[in-house]
Amino acid sequence: MSAGETTNILRHWRSLEEREAGAAVPSQRPEFAPGDELLPDSLDRRRFLQLMGASFALAGLGACTRQPVESIVPYARPPEEVIPGKPLYFATALTLGGYATGVLVESHMGRPTKVEGNPEHPASLGATDRFCQATLLDLYDPDRSRAALHLQRIRSWEAWVQTLEPALEAQVALQGAGLRILSGSSSSPTLAAQMQRLKARFPQARWHRYEPVSRDGLRSATLAGFGKYVEVRYDFSQADVVVALDSDFLVSGPGCVRAAHDFMSRRRVRDGQYGMNRLYAVESTPSATGAVADHRLSLAPDLLLGFAFGLGFECGVIGTGQVGPFASGDLHHWLNRVGVDLREHAGRSIVIAGDETSAELQTLALAMNYYLGNLGRTVLVSEPVEVEPVSHVGSLRDLVQDMRAGRVEILLILGGNPVYDAPADFAFAAAMEKVPLRAHLSLNEDETSELCHWHLPMAHELETWGDARAFDGTVTVQQPLIDPLYGGKSVHELLAVVTGESERKGIDIVRRTWKERLGAVDFEPAWRRILHDGIVPGSAWPPQTYVFQSDWVTQFCLALVRELIPRLERKDAGIDLVFRADPSLHDGRFANNGWLQELPKPWTRLTWDNAAILGPKMAADLSLKPEDVVELELRDTIVRAPVWVLPGQPDGVVTVHLGYGRRRVGRVGKGTGFDAYPLRTSAGLDRAGGLRLRRTGERWELASTQVQRTMEGRNLARQGTLLEFRSHPEFAREAAHGAPPTESLYPGYAYTGHAWGMVVDLGACIGCNACVMACNAENNIPVVGKAQVHNGREMHWIRIDRYFEGDPENPQVVQQPVLCMHCENAPCEPVCPVGATMHGKEGLNEMVYNRCVGTRYCANNCPYKVRRFNFYQYNDRDTEVLKMLRNPDVTVRTRGVMEKCTYCVQRINQARIQAKKEERSLKDGEIITACQQVCPTDALIFGDINDAGSKVAKLRQQPLHYGILEELNTRPRTTYLARVTNPNPESGAPPEPRHGGPRGH
Amino acid sequence: MAPTVIAPGHTAATVTDKIAAVVLQRTPLWFYPAFGAAFMLLMTLLYAITYLFAKGVGIWGVNNPVGWGFAIINFVWWIGIGHAGTLISAILLLMRQKWRTSINRFAEAMTLFAVACAGLFPILHLGRPWLAYWLFPYPNTMWVWPQFRSPLIWDVFAISTYMLVSLMFWYVGLIPDVATLRDRTKNKIGQIVYGMMAMGWRGSAKHWHHHDTACILLAALATPLVVSVHSVVSFDFAAGIIPGWHTTLFPPYFVAGAIFAGFAMVITLCIPLRAAFGLHDFITEWHVRNMAKVMLATGLIVNYGYGIELFIAWYSGSPYETFMLSNRIGGPYRFIWYALILCNVVATQFLWSAKVRSSAVALWVVAMFINVGMWLERFVIVVTSLHRDFMPSAWGMYYPTKFDWMTFLGSIGLFLSLMFLFVRLLPMISIFEIRGILPKTRAGERSA
Amino acid sequence: MQVHRQPLHGVMAEFDHSDRLIAAVKAVRSQGYTQLDAYTPYPIEALHHALGHHHSPLPRMVLAGGITGALGGFLLQTWTSTVALPLNVGGKPFFSWPAFIPVTFECTILLASLTAVLGMLALSGLPRPHHPVFNVERFAMASRDRYFLCIEAGDPLFDVDKTCQFLWTLEPTHVAEVAET
Repeated sequence: MSAGETTNILRHWRSLEEREAGAAVPSQRPEFAPGDELLPDSLDRRRFLQLMGASFALAGLGACTRQPVESIVPYARPPEEVIPGKPLYFATALTLGGYATGVLVESHMGRPTKVEGNPEHPASLGATDRFCQATLLDLYDPDRSRAALHLQRIRSWEAWVQTLEPALEAQVALQGAGLRILSGSSSSPTLAAQMQRLKARFPQARWHRYEPVSRDGLRSATLAGFGKYVEVRYDFSQADVVVALDSDFLVSGPGCVRAAHDFMSRRRVRDGQYGMNRLYAVESTPSATGAVADHRLSLAPDLLLGFAFGLGFECGVIGTGQVGPFASGDLHHWLNRVGVDLREHAGRSIVIAGDETSAELQTLALAMNYYLGNLGRTVLVSEPVEVEPVSHVGSLRDLVQDMRAGRVEILLILGGNPVYDAPADFAFAAAMEKVPLRAHLSLNEDETSELCHWHLPMAHELETWGDARAFDGTVTVQQPLIDPLYGGKSVHELLAVVTGESERKGIDIVRRTWKERLGAVDFEPAWRRILHDGIVPGSAWPPQTYVFQSDWVTQFCLALVRELIPRLERKDAGIDLVFRADPSLHDGRFANNGWLQELPKPWTRLTWDNAAILGPKMAADLSLKPEDVVELELRDTIVRAPVWVLPGQPDGVVTVHLGYGRRRVGRVGKGTGFDAYPLRTSAGLDRAGGLRLRRTGERWELASTQVQRTMEGRNLARQGTLLEFRSHPEFAREAAHGAPPTESLYPGYAYTGHAWGMVVDLGACIGCNACVMACNAENNIPVVGKAQVHNGREMHWIRIDRYFEGDPENPQVVQQPVLCMHCENAPCEPVCPVGATMHGKEGLNEMVYNRCVGTRYCANNCPYKVRRFNFYQYNDRDTEVLKMLRNPDVTVRTRGVMEKCTYCVQRINQARIQAKKEERSLKDGEIITACQQVCPTDALIFGDINDAGSKVAKLRQQPLHYGILEELNTRPRTTYLARVTNPNPESGAPPEPRHGGPRGH
Repeated sequence: MAPTVIAPGHTAATVTDKIAAVVLQRTPLWFYPAFGAAFMLLMTLLYAITYLFAKGVGIWGVNNPVGWGFAIINFVWWIGIGHAGTLISAILLLMRQKWRTSINRFAEAMTLFAVACAGLFPILHLGRPWLAYWLFPYPNTMWVWPQFRSPLIWDVFAISTYMLVSLMFWYVGLIPDVATLRDRTKNKIGQIVYGMMAMGWRGSAKHWHHHDTACILLAALATPLVVSVHSVVSFDFAAGIIPGWHTTLFPPYFVAGAIFAGFAMVITLCIPLRAAFGLHDFITEWHVRNMAKVMLATGLIVNYGYGIELFIAWYSGSPYETFMLSNRIGGPYRFIWYALILCNVVATQFLWSAKVRSSAVALWVVAMFINVGMWLERFVIVVTSLHRDFMPSAWGMYYPTKFDWMTFLGSIGLFLSLMFLFVRLLPMISIFEIRGILPKTRAGERSA
Repeated sequence: MQVHRQPLHGVMAEFDHSDRLIAAVKAVRSQGYTQLDAYTPYPIEALHHALGHHHSPLPRMVLAGGITGALGGFLLQTWTSTVALPLNVGGKPFFSWPAFIPVTFECTILLASLTAVLGMLALSGLPRPHHPVFNVERFAMASRDRYFLCIEAGDPLFDVDKTCQFLWTLEPTHVAEVAET
């Protein structure tokens, strides 16, 4: 042991003594003797350095990973090619709510630095969502828990095992009656196997499941519709008409990346190619999907159910009918048109209800798909992807009851944070106090670990072996990209202790599962292939044809109508409160992730906070302004929240996003937003009636990246309907504010050779923010914090502008990704006194950070306002672990320097070098910018505009093609394709939203 | 001739003694609190700058889209103030305006100090101020050079030239007078210092001849220079494409504004000073009135500028320009614009009245209004144009922080401190020039 | 008058009126004196002519300085932006001469002004901290309101007593000998 480490131990000892405030330390010394798990810091650094040395010295698998024994297989390139500075890619999968997205992780010298989608994975097809991109920051989060804690005191994993095993022995006699395991939903075959072993050892033990953002509605709907839990998945590539009922299927939920891809593949109108699907969105809170819809209607939750009930009638669902406001009037007419459209496309349509919605709505949607003959065509049912699906609320309720009754002696919480996010009426924390031995395995010390005897550091998905299924059942075996930074353990490794199996290491556990499945013969090659490809061939669930219990559904509808009518007609119900998973923080698990915290949410463009979202009319009636703090009172629970006024929010409905206001969280998440969970009970996980609003007179600053709502009549984001496009293809170009002045004192530059450019397809953009995240990860973009964002100093190189059009109560929304235009006549360049920004030979607008003195003149003179300035030293250059996160190919900028989008010049140069080495010219599509690579809908296309054959050059010939602010003669290289929508020619404008939720004043 | 340049009854001797006395006599009591106050402000500036260098320009209110704030506003404001000095000393000299002699020395000093204050800001506002020298063309191993198409480089050359030329002009004019002080002062240190500054000036016919020629030549050079300097400053904006910046009107309108502001500042300073040192004989009603007239004239040009600016914005028909117009008048910063109109348009009109022109107090009040107004004008140009330009999605607001204010007020402290030191240590009125314009008398006699 | 033996710079007469000085200068020159200089508290055109001095070469020097500045400035910009460091900024050509005008102009002024000032000093032989005339006690008045005429010892016609007597005929208020050291 080197001197450095000894001092390290001493340092820790000192801190430990301080921590234990003079407890009898010496007696415990032996327990800590190995010291490893006590020294996450030095351990991590030492191993990292070992790796550095090794990767230079050794050939072979060991060189690129830190597991010489547990060989994992690099993607595409044999590891003998390991060259320092040259990244390797490994296929693995990331899960959310148990559902996997296949990814390829870029690894620089053993450091995962970037996540890309796995083109061969059905849930990815090469793209990912914002969470996959942000997961790296979770991995390297400096606030991650670094050691096992017993009653807040540092202990070792061995110590935990020594505590657990005797307790388990005691349980064996009771057949494990006192043993409870609580986890989120999982699709892991290995976990399933382990659960079988668990049952074998402890028949009475129970496994509870709880996801705060659960799909219970859908689960019970399928249970009702098919008599058992089945997986429902949708094939949007086959759907001509889609009706989304409170569904945000494009950007959230299982397989959303694939859904967005398939959905948009049916909307690409080009010259002479007019085929296009149509999307109706009916929602109780504005969603990204709603922003893309051809028709969007805001309705309060009850009315929305009424609408679905009426639409069921249109689709021939027996037992349904059109009641309340849907029986007549313009709502009726509109509903009618939707119905006709659905019937005309029977078998080629989809009715989809949101993951978080009620069982009623889900059942109606399922029934409609059944009666429209969509089942088996556009709506596929198969075996469940989840292991042993259950109703999560029910499962958690049972657990709470058992705990209250004192029937639980050992509680193992595998991930999740129930103390924070369990339904308020369960009083989970109080019940949990009764459990004599409770342990929590999690990435960070959170509200739950605080109340558990043991907190155990969990290994991040990029640190562990595992396996998981995608939305369609396809399995990916997860391989670790890096050794656990802080000695964390995986769920499998903890369960191995419980089941008492011989394999205790992640790799052995997972390999055992697959040996059993693939058979021992020729296991190795098969295993290597699986790891290499990132999918297990043929593991997708084949679609089944289960019997649909239509008469049960009829009964259900007849029962529903009885209670629905009064709900539609009641007048004094007060205000409806709608709960939604936060677009950035999901259920709160990402609360300490700066990238996600600073990600502007769709519609509101809010960062670092959630808010009580009100419609303009309601805000006016209650004379509330944005940033006013109100008290939300629901069944004598009171939560204080700042108001945000959002056009398109249905009248009489307040939406709150979950996941904020964490009490026990790292430095990043501290003091952000308010906690909405106390208002959320098992009675209504999606919504609750009878909310009361009280203004407090206080204010709470909210940091939105875009205050301006309208385009001020400037045709920046241009759009037209399909009919307009057919009759008048050039509509977008003609919307310009006059032609650019071409006469000039000077001869222009001729760009021979490559001329890089990008086309942004506004029609394809769903505003999912994945590009912003990918750009952050690729280009080392710093997180600046709420105060700076509030002062307009966010650093994102690509932003998604949002403009409202039309009636503020029910507006149309246009979203426009804006990045550096790389103007050929860039206004930013001539004003720079030191020539720190200039044009490259291939037309890139280049920034020379080293030369920049920071006059900010270029930013002032940029008409697109895409330049970003380091007003402070934003990049954290001190925190060791964050250094591992950085992309080594991109400069980490310092204070006082201007920066902006570079078209990922580092990728361009890598490709060029590669081409040179292979003595060939660059191929189209060889260079893919980070934003383009992550985009699920191919809304961003980069390439050489001089190469007539390139995708981008072809798109620039499209009639929809235009550039923004061209009249300034900037000659932008980043240009746009106007958005084309496909409204129902007969349904006309959506009805007046005077049918807001009834509410008393 | 009704009011004279110099009160009757003065001889070369009396003039010399009276003016030199200001420097040679014991420091008057009021000087200490006055200078103390200015010095405190100067210390605030130093504090603000230290903090700025430690933290970064983030401590100011600047952001995206408003990349320039107080720093640039102050820069333009100070430069503008500077111009009157050069104008008085150079242009009026060429025009053989005798009345300038009483005020030019002191106006030149004002120029110098104003330019010194102005010169601070372009450096302070840099993201990496320690690299400011990169803006000068000097041979270096990297073989990189400034980018000469940038108005900021033009600025660097214009401002440094202006600084140097003003300094030389001022110093050349001082030589005969420091010689006088050298011969008058009883104080040993004074004799040495003044002696060195005088460089052995003997007032021989030869000296005077070359001195005269040099002064005329410098005046002839400074005149186009002063016009160019503020034109170049205006290019910082006119060369940009931002609505509210991109206009050919700026150069003349900036120059006029500069002279306008400069004279306002001369009046602001010289009215209290002549009272303090009892120099009514040299800075007479006549000077004050003439300056008032210049202010009125230039003020009207500036007002015309405002009008045309808005008219063209409307006439252009460009949606961006017309929005800029409505945003100035109706936007969130409209009150700044209203205040500007009050100060620079309404207040100026009072100068039509001879009563106001000849009342020291009234004139001083008007001048103060104009000082404020000219600062507001720059605020409107810089901030109101930037905060809402082409892309509505990128619109924002600019709010100055306490450091913005400390730097601004601090620069006033720097200016005043230098001013106070100047009036205490050097003759604030050009003695030899006054001697030259006296009615010829026998030494010792009183003129009729 | 006991300073007889030490070397003299010349003799100096003091007048209380510029006209008397000018008259005196004329008279002295008509006597054939050539080595003389006059000192006044402010510039007097007439005196310059009376002394028969020539026009100052300064203007021509300044012109030269200006031209140098102009050429230097313009060439510097042209060279740096076309040869030394050619950059494509905003699609403008390397030699975008209209953008070079402001700097060229400033350089012209700067060089010209520097020449003016330095030239002025050089021509008047400054800086020269010490000069014999300062030995004369009353000479300090030259920077107040008195006028002095000094006939230097180097003059062929110079003779202390004669010159003094002659100067006394020109109604000076004083006449003094100017010691060399």
